[in-house]
Amino acid sequence: MDIVVCIKQVPDTATVRFDKEKGTIIREGVQSIINPPDLHALEAGLSLRDQFGGKVTVLTMGPPQAESALRDALSLGADEAVLLSDRAFAAADTLATTYTLLKAIQKIGLPELILCGTHAIDGDTAQVGPGLAARLGWPSITQVAGIEAVEDGAKLLLKRLIDQGYEMVEAELPVLLTCHKTLNTPRVPSLKAKMRAKKAQIPVWSHEDIGAEPDKIGISGSPTWVDSTFVPAFEAKKEMLQGSPEEQVDALIKRLKESGLI
Amino acid sequence: MAEVNYFLNEEQQMIVELTRQIAREKIIPVRARLDEQEEFPWDLVKDFAQADLFGLFIPEEFGGFGGGCFEMCLALEQLAYGCVGVTTTYAASALGGYPILLFGTDEQKKRYLPDIAAGKKLAAFGLTESGAGSDAAAIQTTAVEEGDYWVLNGSKQWITSGGEAEIYTIIAMTDRHKGPRGASAFIVEKGDPGFSFGKKEKKMGIRSSSTTELFLDNCKIPKDRLLGRRGMGFIIAMRTLDQARPGIGAMGVGLAQAAMDEAIKFARHRIQFGQPVIAFQAIQHMLADMATEIEAARALVYAIARTIDTGIKDMAKLSAMAKLFATDMAMKVTTDAVQVMGGHGYMADYPVEKMMRDAKILQIYEGTNQIQRNVIGQALNKEYAKKA
Repeated sequence: MDIVVCIKQVPDTATVRFDKEKGTIIREGVQSIINPPDLHALEAGLSLRDQFGGKVTVLTMGPPQAESALRDALSLGADEAVLLSDRAFAAADTLATTYTLLKAIQKIGLPELILCGTHAIDGDTAQVGPGLAARLGWPSITQVAGIEAVEDGAKLLLKRLIDQGYEMVEAELPVLLTCHKTLNTPRVPSLKAKMRAKKAQIPVWSHEDIGAEPDKIGISGSPTWVDSTFVPAFEAKKEMLQGSPEEQVDALIKRLKESGLI
Repeated sequence: MAEVNYFLNEEQQMIVELTRQIAREKIIPVRARLDEQEEFPWDLVKDFAQADLFGLFIPEEFGGFGGGCFEMCLALEQLAYGCVGVTTTYAASALGGYPILLFGTDEQKKRYLPDIAAGKKLAAFGLTESGAGSDAAAIQTTAVEEGDYWVLNGSKQWITSGGEAEIYTIIAMTDRHKGPRGASAFIVEKGDPGFSFGKKEKKMGIRSSSTTELFLDNCKIPKDRLLGRRGMGFIIAMRTLDQARPGIGAMGVGLAQAAMDEAIKFARHRIQFGQPVIAFQAIQHMLADMATEIEAARALVYAIARTIDTGIKDMAKLSAMAKLFATDMAMKVTTDAVQVMGGHGYMADYPVEKMMRDAKILQIYEGTNQIQRNVIGQALNKEYAKKA
């Protein structure tokens, strides 16, 4: 089963801080990591490959330093990696990103399965997976929390997370899945894969390499853009109610009524 | 602040990085539960296998990574930073595998090492008996040749990974009248007829590791399970321990480092008399001693492990020194870490009381530290006799 796993390098939001004046993320001293949901997509890909053979190719679009995310993926056992890096890709929104990924996947050769994380913890749009499937004309199944391959891997029985619980879906290949963090427990890297990853030559593809039209990529291919970022201000007022418990309850009810909450 | 540079090569740095990640992400979150419930860490064994760690010391031709004593020490130090109990299970498989690696025939190596390297099967080492601990020559288990088989009778005590491991190196007497030269080493497999396990012992520390008796009741094994030559049992046991002991020292270093890290974190935040307790000289001096002794032990263990990897023949003295110094240090540092943290340190809510309990075994297993001193002392006597 040939599988492409799309990953994104993101700042570790657990350690990230904001510059309130400028409204930007302070990137200095913040570690870059593989977007955590993508690790579950990768684990799903690796275990399907271990079960059925084939290969796992990891794909990412990003600045040159995103290569380290791909090396991390190779350390976990991915077979191949491709970095899409070109100044012309910069400031892409999800429309331009899915187009760029499509062109890259066409160059790699269409796999039977594409796996993405549910969403990226920085942008949080959750659009790239389904958007890419739409461009391919493939079905996409989002929020996947369980995968069972049947009929020798020709069909997948999927458990997907919905508001009320789970939905069981049957899918034939090819298909694109977005993987939820409850799907599996990502493995640890292995020494041998780590050695391979260190020495691996990771191809870097520009927009010319994948034959992407310049007006469909990067900022020029993006109908949406980030106007500004800011840290939402949380304002809370505190008021201590005085008096006996009965008086406090009366005062509280009066306040709640005044605010239209009850 | 500068750290000591031990000039690790790329591979060695990778081993440290990987084992540190495993300790942080996989071991530390579950260590308290494993300790409390005396639960064998099968999930972690799978992680170690996935990470290729069981094959670290096994040559590439048998499916391993081809590392030496030093690489093992680096891994053991980082894993023990997470939990000595879990790390004992890992180290025990190497202890059971070394005799096959060092003395096995090519056939025996091909048969057993790839499974040990892949972590498909755990190995164990069975030397100790109820009447033969430090005095290994007193072992009572016997092996008698019967046609195409060896028949083993007797019992082994306190065997790490007993019941969980599949491959056991067992030392038994083949010619009692020859004394220490009358012992031989055998490979016994779980499932061999007449081979069974006693109950899991309850222990002070390393409670996630399995420690059991082994029973050999007319245990019949094929002839080709003899390791090395008949009569080489003690040499095999001693060479195995020589190879493994620096690793126990490395575990002491990792454990002590973890205890000190906890103590310093605590001392920086615990306010007494209006200031963090780390501001008091009494605490600072304890921490200073801990940090210095840890670094000294690390330097000694690394230097000796690297020396062993150059292929020296007689490593008993150096190997014993690495184990002795680093594990006595670990006992002292973990005890002091509890002291720095006072009542908090004594409570199971904090990890240092477990670390102190775990430290004790390092001074006992793979030869008590008194035996290490004997080994060093006897070696000195021999060396100086030659010089005289």
